Parts: sequence; structure tokens; C-alpha cells
Amino acid sequence: MSAWLAENAWARGGLIGLALVTVVMAVSAWSIWFERKFAGRMQNRLGPVFVGPFGLLQPLADAIKMLRKEMLVPRGADRFLFIIAPPLTLFLAVATLAVVPLSEDILVAELDIGVLWVMAFSGLLLLPTWIAGWASNNKYALFGAMRAAAQGISYEVPMLLCALVPVIMAESLSLSDIVAYQAEHGWLLWWPPGPGLVAFVIFFLASLAEANRIPFDIPEAESELIAGVSVEYSAMMYGLFPMTEYVHTLIASAVASALFLGGWDGPFAPGLHWMVLKTLALFGFIFWLRWSLVRFRADQLMRICWVWLVPISLLCVCAAAAFVGFGFDPLAVDASSVGAAP
Amino acid sequence: MSSLAQTTPAPVRIDPHLDLSDYEADADLMVLNLGPQHPSTHGVFRVKLVLDGEIIIKAVGYPGYLHRGVEKLCEKLNYSNLTPIFDKNDYLAPLINEQAVNMAIEQLAGIEVPRRGRWLRTLLAELQRIASHLVALGTFTLDVGGAIGGGSTLFLWCFRDRELLLDLFEQLTGCRFHYNTTCVGGQRHDVPAGWDAGVLAALEQIERGLLELDSFMVDNPIFIDRTRGVGVLDHDLALQLGVHGPIGRASGVDLDLRRDAPYHCYDELEVPVPVRTAGDVEARFQVRLAETRASIGLVRQLVQGIPEGPINAGKPNTGPTTIKIKGGSCYVGVESPRGELGTYLVASPKGPNPWRLKIRPPSLHAVAAIPWLLPGHNLSDAVAILGSLDPVMGEVDR
Repeated sequence: MSAWLAENAWARGGLIGLALVTVVMAVSAWSIWFERKFAGRMQNRLGPVFVGPFGLLQPLADAIKMLRKEMLVPRGADRFLFIIAPPLTLFLAVATLAVVPLSEDILVAELDIGVLWVMAFSGLLLLPTWIAGWASNNKYALFGAMRAAAQGISYEVPMLLCALVPVIMAESLSLSDIVAYQAEHGWLLWWPPGPGLVAFVIFFLASLAEANRIPFDIPEAESELIAGVSVEYSAMMYGLFPMTEYVHTLIASAVASALFLGGWDGPFAPGLHWMVLKTLALFGFIFWLRWSLVRFRADQLMRICWVWLVPISLLCVCAAAAFVGFGFDPLAVDASSVGAAP
Repeated sequence: MSSLAQTTPAPVRIDPHLDLSDYEADADLMVLNLGPQHPSTHGVFRVKLVLDGEIIIKAVGYPGYLHRGVEKLCEKLNYSNLTPIFDKNDYLAPLINEQAVNMAIEQLAGIEVPRRGRWLRTLLAELQRIASHLVALGTFTLDVGGAIGGGSTLFLWCFRDRELLLDLFEQLTGCRFHYNTTCVGGQRHDVPAGWDAGVLAALEQIERGLLELDSFMVDNPIFIDRTRGVGVLDHDLALQLGVHGPIGRASGVDLDLRRDAPYHCYDELEVPVPVRTAGDVEARFQVRLAETRASIGLVRQLVQGIPEGPINAGKPNTGPTTIKIKGGSCYVGVESPRGELGTYLVASPKGPNPWRLKIRPPSLHAVAAIPWLLPGHNLSDAVAILGSLDPVMGEVDR
């Protein structure tokens, strides 16, 4: 069996993928419980307590509630697009997971263009969000969709530029190669000194914006847009939106830790443990930010992106290219490779 | 504090009666009804917004969804039965509302409230001001920060602190919200034993909470970006619209009835009146914060010097039951947490009830500024501006 799996990449990828999707869904569901507890503690409340011990069964109860409700399609909505949008968002969010290496050998698909794949699906995720907002035939939903599209397109630019820093350093678009490079040369957060850290911070901020988390959650801005794109949705069709948000945030944390925090690299413990630890640490940090910050306004968000983040990330890319090109890397002792790099 | 995203300030004075047929938009204009059912309108209030893209070019407010006919109802009630009605007007500051109407009746009936009664009224009014401002500050952070986010954290912290005051009010009156503790001639409930120590302990906790509000909001660059230069109400317009209270004082209208026309025991106190001149959303937030601190100082003085004596002019615990008023009219203005709360009372020449009772709700005048404040701003700012006005629809619609 294991020999057959080792030979057959499709079967192995399929099995790992199935397991991963299940695990990620479960983690996302229970991260909602965790976030509610976390927020409750921050806000002098208890959070969920009634369903199960410590309210642990709350996500299950919520899911059952969602499933039992009626799925309403408002009059005037584009029925086909309205129904297709929520599952499409979840599908696209989960698809990103395929190339994220959880350890040396736990990986759904060994793809040479892993970083490109992540960016592509992250960008595609705007499409169902826009579809949902447009098909709802609701002004608030349309506002949310417009904001999501503008924000997503803008923040893709610094995100992609910052993802280029590890790519340039590791000279590969494959996430596994990037992690392997970091295991050998040190984390890209610290290396190259300066640009690596800045690129990580900008990448993290842009992922927050892509995943619509505070302080960048203006597309759903419930104080003005009530719920943004999901305002007309009900039952499990609505449930898929927050679900997607959590899955997306979780995967964005995983990608960020693979690109900058060394992925599965770490002492004393198996790679999987380190990867999970780093991902969940970033994930928890996002919760912490979410419950302590206020949100920007749409135009301020655009301004921060184009005036600050894009030029700075461009500088980071140039700095990283200079590091590799002029051979400042002390670990690359081989003179011939330094000369060949540009 | 440096600011990441500088924004252009909105034009100072806006034509609220903009003729839309002359307006040249890039695309079709959109009409958006913000409310009456909307999470951020602080009650059932509708604002009709005309939007060009996401920029508001015209705003019209429609109050009236909470109209209960309070003024008409008052004409059918005995003077002594008016108090509980007034609890429900400004439901965030019921004590000050019931004091206002009772002061008007006392003035017409010529009843002198004993000093201990007046002192207690002063004390309760200041505690109520703190409680009301905590709600205003909390809900404003909710509007800026979001109900699922940092805003709700601050909101719940403010409510945690306000809870302490509600507990104190409950110990005093038996009620948490609609107290009915003021009566014609004084107070109905005397201070229970050990209450003053509870007040001092609560104040300390509230001061700590305000420090948290400082560090999370006032010094937060994102918060500054969202509030500075937004929704500017200039001094002259504030005067023309009759906007007093914290909103007026944020626009440089240096007017506070506690200092300028003292009632209760305010003439014995030094009332600090914080004034800002910026007139924007940030200034309103800061004025409310400073006023809360000032009120904490006042309560500290008041609670330590409660004089001895009767709490009302009549029999203990009930107040004078027979109120004889033979016609006449009077106007009494008190400083509510939202501005000048006026009560104009015309007494019926024969019956034991008002012939006409007109309330001047401060929130109504604040809401009247909306057509000037919103245009030129983003939709997100509309919510921040509405929140900074802190309207209470119960008193706007009456």
C-alpha cells in the first residue's frame, strides 16, 4: 500500500488533500469557537459556554442551525449566480492549500510554480465575492462587492511583490524549495536582514486585506454595510462566507509561515509540529489584531496600499535582488554560483 | 501622533438643499436609505443619502419613528405622575430628564427643595452624565471599529464600567434604568449606608477604563485617521442650529448651563468645561472624554460632602402630594449629557395637570445638523458622524 502510494503521486496527493481539507475545515470551525472565547476573554465576557464542555460544541450547533434554515433567494436576484457564489468562494480558498508544504513529505501537489498558484487563487477569490455582491441585487451588497474588488486588486500588488523576495532568495517558485532553502540558510524573516522582515510585515498586512480581516475588513464593515456581500444570504449559503473567511485566513497564515518563517523548519520536533505551531501563532495574532483595532476607511486603505506598501515592497524586491545579484550572501561561498546568479 | 493616511478635509459649509437636477455626476446617482433598521443609526432613525459613487452629496434625516406623543400625554397626567414618563425620553440619562420636569413644576408651585435633596440631585446628575457618556463613547467606537472587531471590545469595556454605576443606582432606587426617584420637592430615595464608598470604588474603576480608552482610541493612528477633520460643524452653524452640549463645545460654543445658569448645587462647585474648536468627530470624542473625567472629579467632591437634612420638602419618602399651581408658565433648562434640555411648562389654571408641556430635546438639534455634516464624506464617515452626534431617538421623537 505505502509502496503504491509512494509511486502514485495522484493517489498520494488525493489522499493527503482529502485529509487536509477535512482537517482545515475542522480547524476553521473550531477556530471560530476559539476566537469567540478569545474575544470573550478580552471583552470581560465568557464567550460560548452552554453547548458542550466550555462551549466546545458551539460550532457544531451553529452548523446544524445553518443547515436547518431556509435558503432564501431574494426576488430580483440573479438566481444562478447567487447560488453558485458561496460554494465557489470556499472552493477557491481551499484550492490554495494544494501547494503548501506541511512538512518535508506532507504535501498535496509538488508544483514548480507554487507561489504563482497561491497568488492566482487568492486573486481569483475576488470573483465569487463580486458575483455574490452583484447577484444579490442589494445596494449594501453591491457596495461590499465593489470595495472587495478594489481592495483585493490593490493589495494583490504588494502581496505579490513581497512574495517575490523569498522567490528571489531561493531562486525557485516552489514553496517546498523555498522552505528547504530556509532550512539550510536561515529564515527569510531575518535574511536578507531588513528587507526580509519588511517584506514579511507587508505580506502579512496584504493577506489580512485579502482575507478581509480588521483593520482591512471594509467590504463587510457591518457598522455601515451591515454585512457587505453576504447581506442577502441565509442558511448554509451564508454560513459558507464566514467559513471561507476562516479557511482563507488559516491558509494565508500557512503561506506566510512557509514563505518567511521557515515553514516546517525547526529544532527538537517533527516538521509538521513546527508548521502547525507557526501557522496557528500567526492565526491567533490575527484574532488579537481583530479584536483590538478599528477599521480604516476605503480611500485610506487604497492610499496606504499605493503610497506606502507598493513602493516599499518594490524596494524590498530590489534589495533582495541586489543581495543575490551582488553576492552579499555569506553562505554562498562558491564564487562561480555568485557570478552566475544574475 | 503621525498619521499614515492623510485625508483631504471636507468642504466647510455645504448646501443642504442641493438641487440634484443641476448636479453633474460621473454615473447615475444612488439613493441609499440608511435606516430606519440599520445597526448604526442609534435607534430608529432614517437618513436618506444621495450618493455619487461612495461620496454622499445630499443627506436628509427623517426622525419620527419613535414618536409616542409624550407631550400630549403629559397634558392628561397629574404633576406628580409626570416623572416616570420622562424617564423614557432620554433613556440614557433618565435621572436628568426627571429632574428637569420636576424643577419646572417646583418653580411654578414655588416649592423649595431642601439642600440635601438638591445635593443628591447634583450627585445623581453627574453620575448619570458619566454613565451616559460611557455609552456615547462606547457606541462611537462600535461605529468606527465594527461590531465584530476592536470596536466591540471598547464598547463592552465601556458597558462594563457603566454597569458599576447602574448597580449603584439600583442600590439607591431599586431600578436599573427607569428610576422614578425624583419627586416634586426633592428626592424619593435616600442614600443607603455604605453607598458613598461604593461610588468612590466605582469611580476608580471607571478612571482606569478611561485610560484604556485613551490608549486604544485617542492615541491610535487609525482612529485619528478616521476621525480628524471628519464631519466638521463650525461654530456659527452650531449656534444657528442651537447645537449645545458636548457637540457645541467641540465646535467652540463655550456654553454650559451648570456653570452659566447654575441650578441644583452647581453654584457651590467649580464646574470645569472642556472646549475644543476643531468641531470634528475627534473633538466631540475628546470633549466627551474630558467631560467624563470632569464629572468624576465633581462626583468625588459631591459624595464626600453630602449635607444633613431632609431629602424632600414634603413627608419623608413621598414628597408633597398636593401640588397647587394656579396658572403661569416657566422655562427650565438643565445641562443634559447631550446639551440643553429645556422644559417649557404652561400650567393649567384649574386642573392638577399641565396645560402644555414642551420639551426641547438636545438630540433633535444635533440631528438637525446632519444635512450639513454628511455631504462630501464617504459612506463610512456617515456612520462615524452619526455616532459622534450621539442622538437618543427617544427624546428626538418624544
